[in-house]
Amino acid sequence: MRILKAIFAHTSGRIGGFIVGLYLLLAMLGLFGLTPHNPLTQYRVDRLHAPSAAYWMGTDLFGRDVASRLMTGIGQSFTVAFFSVAFATLAGTVLGLAAAWFGRRWDGLLMRIMDVLLAFPAILLALLIVAVAGPGTWTSVLAIGIVYTPIFTRVVRGPALSLKAREFVDAARTFGSSSGYILTRHLLLNLVAPLTVQVTLALAWALLTEAGLSFLGLGTQPPAASLGLMLSDSRNLMETAPWLMIFPGIAIMISILGFNLLGDALRDILDPKMRRAIA
Amino acid sequence: MIPLLSVSDLSVGFGRKAEANEVVRGVSFDLADGQTLAIVGESGSGKSVTALSINRLVDFGGGKITGGSIRLRRGDGGVLDLAGAAEPQLTKIRGAEIGMIFQEPMTSLNPVLSIGTQIAESFRLHRGLTGRQAIAAAKDALDRVRIPDAARRLKYTPNQLSGGMLQRVMIATALACNPRLLIADEPTTALDVTVQAQIMALLAELKRETDMSMIFITHDIGLVAGIADKVMVMQNGQAVEQGELNQILDHPRHAYTQHLLHAVPHFASGKATRSDGRREKAPDAEPALKVDGLAVRYPVRSGLFGRATGAVHAVDGVDFELMPGETLAIVGESGSGKSTTARAVLGLVRSTRGSFSASVRKAAAGQSALPIQMVFQNPYASLNPRLTIESILAEPVIASGGRVNAETRARMTTLLKRVGLPENSLERYPHEFSGGQRQRLCIARALMLNPSVVVLDEAVSALDVSVQARVLELLVDLQREFGLAYLFISHDMAVVERIAHRIAVIYAGQIVEIGDAKSVLSAPRHAYTKKLIAAVPTIERRRQRFELDTRQVPSLVRPLGFEPGPAKWDVFGSDHRVRIEG
Repeated sequence: MRILKAIFAHTSGRIGGFIVGLYLLLAMLGLFGLTPHNPLTQYRVDRLHAPSAAYWMGTDLFGRDVASRLMTGIGQSFTVAFFSVAFATLAGTVLGLAAAWFGRRWDGLLMRIMDVLLAFPAILLALLIVAVAGPGTWTSVLAIGIVYTPIFTRVVRGPALSLKAREFVDAARTFGSSSGYILTRHLLLNLVAPLTVQVTLALAWALLTEAGLSFLGLGTQPPAASLGLMLSDSRNLMETAPWLMIFPGIAIMISILGFNLLGDALRDILDPKMRRAIA
Repeated sequence: MIPLLSVSDLSVGFGRKAEANEVVRGVSFDLADGQTLAIVGESGSGKSVTALSINRLVDFGGGKITGGSIRLRRGDGGVLDLAGAAEPQLTKIRGAEIGMIFQEPMTSLNPVLSIGTQIAESFRLHRGLTGRQAIAAAKDALDRVRIPDAARRLKYTPNQLSGGMLQRVMIATALACNPRLLIADEPTTALDVTVQAQIMALLAELKRETDMSMIFITHDIGLVAGIADKVMVMQNGQAVEQGELNQILDHPRHAYTQHLLHAVPHFASGKATRSDGRREKAPDAEPALKVDGLAVRYPVRSGLFGRATGAVHAVDGVDFELMPGETLAIVGESGSGKSTTARAVLGLVRSTRGSFSASVRKAAAGQSALPIQMVFQNPYASLNPRLTIESILAEPVIASGGRVNAETRARMTTLLKRVGLPENSLERYPHEFSGGQRQRLCIARALMLNPSVVVLDEAVSALDVSVQARVLELLVDLQREFGLAYLFISHDMAVVERIAHRIAVIYAGQIVEIGDAKSVLSAPRHAYTKKLIAAVPTIERRRQRFELDTRQVPSLVRPLGFEPGPAKWDVFGSDHRVRIEG
């Protein structure tokens, strides 16, 4: 509750929070089928209809309602982004804590693997994984999740190493606390703040990567809608039906702006050095 | 004659509404040429802010002078009000007319530049010297602060020098332009007591040589006696009392000054040791902790394949016994191995050799008790900021396989009450408590499992002096009540004198002298103990002439397979023995 209030008090947090909230609402409506039209119905008579009262964002080449497809597309893209970031957070936290906790050889081995993964550009690595596993929603989730795991591993490992050397961890050892207790209570609990920030920012990147994969035809498969796929479909009709490109393009841009603003706000709010300045 | 510096009715505030948020209120003092003014106070008293206002460094920390004047008589005889001076004017005055040294010499120097370059910079800026000339001047400056082998040391980077040496470098830099006023902000607080004595001696000598004035800021009223002409005592942003040194020390008028002089531990050469719990009472009792031949060594690796080529003998052949209800203080300087000893006893560092056994006391109510618990130095770092006090106190119980039930909660509230914390503390978080309160929390946590031995590693060093006194009282009370044995690690002789029954002096990883506290403090036998005790500042030793001594601590790195010979001891009295150097 306190954190919501703090976000609302922060200017970019307010804007970012509003945008993200709006998208979540649209995504929910899209996923539950509460769209103006059925996103898959082809209104043959109204093919490539310009935006109007009936079709708010026009129709595409097959006469499908762009507004409805956009809503389901947002739902689809957000689903992929959330699951892949959840995967990356979980895997990254476990690997990062393991690297920090066991140290020495484990640390070296794990972090070198992460360095190798990080050396690939995100989209290239995702492409590679999808190419091997075959396109589809869940392979995109897996691919994007793996791509962002190294970032979470690093975000966790650094602070975990410094927390491990803090006196309260030494104190816990003198009581004979178990490793599990120290890892969860003393390390993980203190990592919640940096992780929250990272999750918000990673959602923005994951959305973008998902759009990229779908654009290249390796993410969401037609006839289902996703933001990247809609952009891809609009390529040849750019001049005759510009609304096909403009609306999904703007949708991607604003969603990323929203997550970035929210992430920046969270970073300010959760940073203990900044906390007093805001409160 | 106009005084060198005349501060009147100075007020300094912070933040956007500086007038509403004043931390220094109406401070006035005069300082004549060649005089030393000591400003004494606890943290938050405004002593540092007062000093930083004089050269207006306070502006960079977000402070603002809200009232009063700071008149400085300049070298050419003109008088300038620093409170209203513009920044370009101030830049010329800082360094050239007002020099400053800070508390932390390690962080005040740039780690990647050689110290020669850094001292020479001061000559370049203020005296316009260049190249060779500046370097030559830097060498002279190092000679002046008695750094041996100055020409070679110019090329050293800060990490190659000890804290005491670095503080000398800082002094050399501050004095580069012969300022007429030197501001020293707790210059010795981060240093060992023998090094502190060296720096104090150096400052006193330099002052005699150059006739400069000095403002000396400290929390330790004992240190004031050796150097000051005038003393100003500050509390909550106000100067509560000021006057001549002897008058303040002998006839303090303000209640707070009296409190500082009497309630706070001062070193009294063994006259203030505890008289309870002598060991002769129970000659054949079982010791609570017995340490035998403890050694901690770290391998030194070098070369391409990281072969061990030697070992750092951090602790080498330490043995002692600790009786129930007794306090053994381990004293020594940083790097002597006193903290390593404590950590080895608790298993936080692995000991290379040696054994220790602790007797497990009959635990209360079926809890399995760990016999040794520890209280750490820094109360801000030893409590997890994200846990409530209840979770913090529950941790030892959970760790030893217990359950958090009504009984443990009852124990928590009893202990909290016992250490003097409010009863509603359980739901609160550590950041809601002050440093002293947090240390009380740490003590309560250590007592949760009903231990027989508590290791206190510099447990009161991070606290303000008057808080220190109250925590020490609490520790003594708890010891009597629960029959605890304390292993008290400290560098502070004044604190040790108040709490220890026995003292072990540790030097270069070995105990050099051990025995009854009174005997060790009043009649030290080992050369190092003598040096250590002579270096402790006291209000009794006024105007003491410290001797300069630039010997370095011996290296602890030994060749592979090195074994120290068996210790030989000289015995004095019933409980006092001294290692014979072989």
